Amino acid sequence: MFFMNPEITFGNKMLELLYIIIGLICIYAGVKNLKDKDNPNRIGTFVFWTALGAATALGKYLPSAAEGVVIVICIIPALLKKVTPGRENAPSKEETQQNFDKIGMKLFIPALAMGIFALIFGLAKPFGMSALVGTGFGVLVAIVLLMIWNKKNTPKVFLDDSERFLSIVGPLSLLPTLLAILGSIFTSAGVGTVIASIVSNVIPQGNVVIGIIVFALGMMLFTMIMGNAFAAITVMTVGIGAPFVLQYVKNPAMIGMLALTCGYCGTLLTPMAANFNIVPVAILEMKDRSGVIKKQVIPALIMIVFQIVWMILHA
Amino acid sequence: MEYLKLLGILVVIVGFALKIDNILIIVIASIVTAIVGGIGPVALLQTVGSTFVANRSMLIFVVVMLATGTLERNGLKQASAALISKIKGATPGAIVNAYGVLRAFFGAFNVGLGGVAGFVRPVVIPMCEGAITSKGLTPDPEHMESVKGMAAGIENITWFFSQVLVVGGSGALLVQGTLADLGYTSDLVQLAGYEVPVCIAAVVVTLVYYTLLDRHDMKKYCGKEGK
Repeated sequence: MFFMNPEITFGNKMLELLYIIIGLICIYAGVKNLKDKDNPNRIGTFVFWTALGAATALGKYLPSAAEGVVIVICIIPALLKKVTPGRENAPSKEETQQNFDKIGMKLFIPALAMGIFALIFGLAKPFGMSALVGTGFGVLVAIVLLMIWNKKNTPKVFLDDSERFLSIVGPLSLLPTLLAILGSIFTSAGVGTVIASIVSNVIPQGNVVIGIIVFALGMMLFTMIMGNAFAAITVMTVGIGAPFVLQYVKNPAMIGMLALTCGYCGTLLTPMAANFNIVPVAILEMKDRSGVIKKQVIPALIMIVFQIVWMILHA
Repeated sequence: MEYLKLLGILVVIVGFALKIDNILIIVIASIVTAIVGGIGPVALLQTVGSTFVANRSMLIFVVVMLATGTLERNGLKQASAALISKIKGATPGAIVNAYGVLRAFFGAFNVGLGGVAGFVRPVVIPMCEGAITSKGLTPDPEHMESVKGMAAGIENITWFFSQVLVVGGSGALLVQGTLADLGYTSDLVQLAGYEVPVCIAAVVVTLVYYTLLDRHDMKKYCGKEGK
C-alpha cells in the first residue's frame, strides 16, 4: 500500500493525495452534470469529467496501458463536442455585495493563502513537501476561513463553484497533458533526429555566427511545434548545437543554457503551449483565442534577437 | 523513408493553420506519428498513460478552483475594488506590472503564486477592474480583454525567464545532462548565472512594452478621466 510504505517520502504521499482530491473534484463535476437536466450533453460531459478524474486519481495504481485506455475514453466526448456546461449557478451582484459587507477586507487572507503557502512550502520544503502541495494546503486554509466567516459557505457551495469554473474551461483542461503526450510520441518515433539531419544538410559547418542564429531560431521554431522547450532542447542541442556551434566556441555551457531560453521565446508564440497560452484564455473568459499570444509576440521577438546578439558577443 | 516521420508535424501545422479543433489535431498527429514511426497500439496506449501520469501536475489548477469560485461569491471583486480605490492614480497596466515584478522575484525561488486560476483571476483582474471603476468609469469589455491578455502574458514571461535562475532547476538539469552526453562539463550555479542578464532584459522589455500599451488603452477607453 502506497500510503503506508515508509520508503516513500511524506511529500510524495501528500502529492499523491492531492491528485486523488483533484480526481474527486473532476468526478463530482461529472456526476453533477449527469443529473443536470439543463445540460444538452449530460452523458458526454459526465464521461469526460469522470474519466479525467479517474485517470488522475488512479494514476499511481493502473498499469500504463489501462491508464491510456481511460484517457482515450476521456478524449472521445471531447472530440465529438459533447462536453458542455450545464445550468449556471453564478452568484448575483447582490449576493457577492452582501457577502463582502459581512466579511470585509480580510477576504484577502484566503485569497493570498494559496500563493503564500506555495511560497513557504517551496522555500522551506517541510517534510519534503513541494510548492504544489503548498498550493493545496493553501486551498484548505482558504476553505476553512471562508466557512468560519460565512455560514452559507457549505462544502456543497465550494464543490458547485469549482464545477462552475471547471465547466468554463471545459475540454481544454485536458489539452496541456495531451500536448505532453504528443511530444513523447514524437520523441519515441524519432521525429527530432530527422529534423536535425535535415538542418545539417542545409547550413554550412564552421561559421559560428550562422550556427548560433540557426541554433537559436531552430530552438524557437521547434519549441513552437512541440509546444515545449524541454521536448526540443535535447534534440536541437545534439542535432544542431553540437556540430555547428559548441565545438567552435570558448563557452559551450553558456550557449547550451541560453538555447533553452531561446526555446522559451517559442513557447510564448505557440497555441501548442496550451497550458500557458490557451487555458488562461478560458479561465479569464477572454473572447480572442489568441489574446494571450498577441500580447507576448513583441517581448518574445525582442528577446530572441537579444539572446542571439548576446551569444555572438560572448561565445 | 525517414522523412515520413515528419507527417505528424505537418498535421499540426496544417491543422492550426486551418483552425481545426485543437484536440482533434493532436489525436490525428499522434496516430499518424505512431503509424509512420512503427509504434504499435499497445505501446501507444502505454506512452499515453505514462505521459499523462507524469504530467498530472498540470491539473493543479483544478484544486485551486475549489477556493477561487467561492472567493468570488464572497465578494473578492468588491474587496479588490475597495483596495485599489485607496491608491490614487493606479492604472490596470501598473497593477499588472507590479504583479510581474513580484512573480519574477518569487520565480527565482522556484515558487509560483497560484497561477492564472489561483491569483490572476481572483486577485489581479478584479484589482485592474477596480482601478477603472475607482475613476468613476465602467470598464470597457475590449479594454478588459487587453488587460487580461497582458496579465496572462506577464504571468508567462516573468515565470519562464526567472525560473532559469533557480540553481538546479529542472531546465538547467536537462541542459547539464544533454551537454554531459556530448562531453561538455558544466556547473549548475554557472548555468543559472548565464541567465541573469537574459532574465533582467526580459522583465524590463515586458514592463516597458506593457506600460506603453497601458497608456494607449487608457487614452482610448478612459479618455480624460484616464490620465
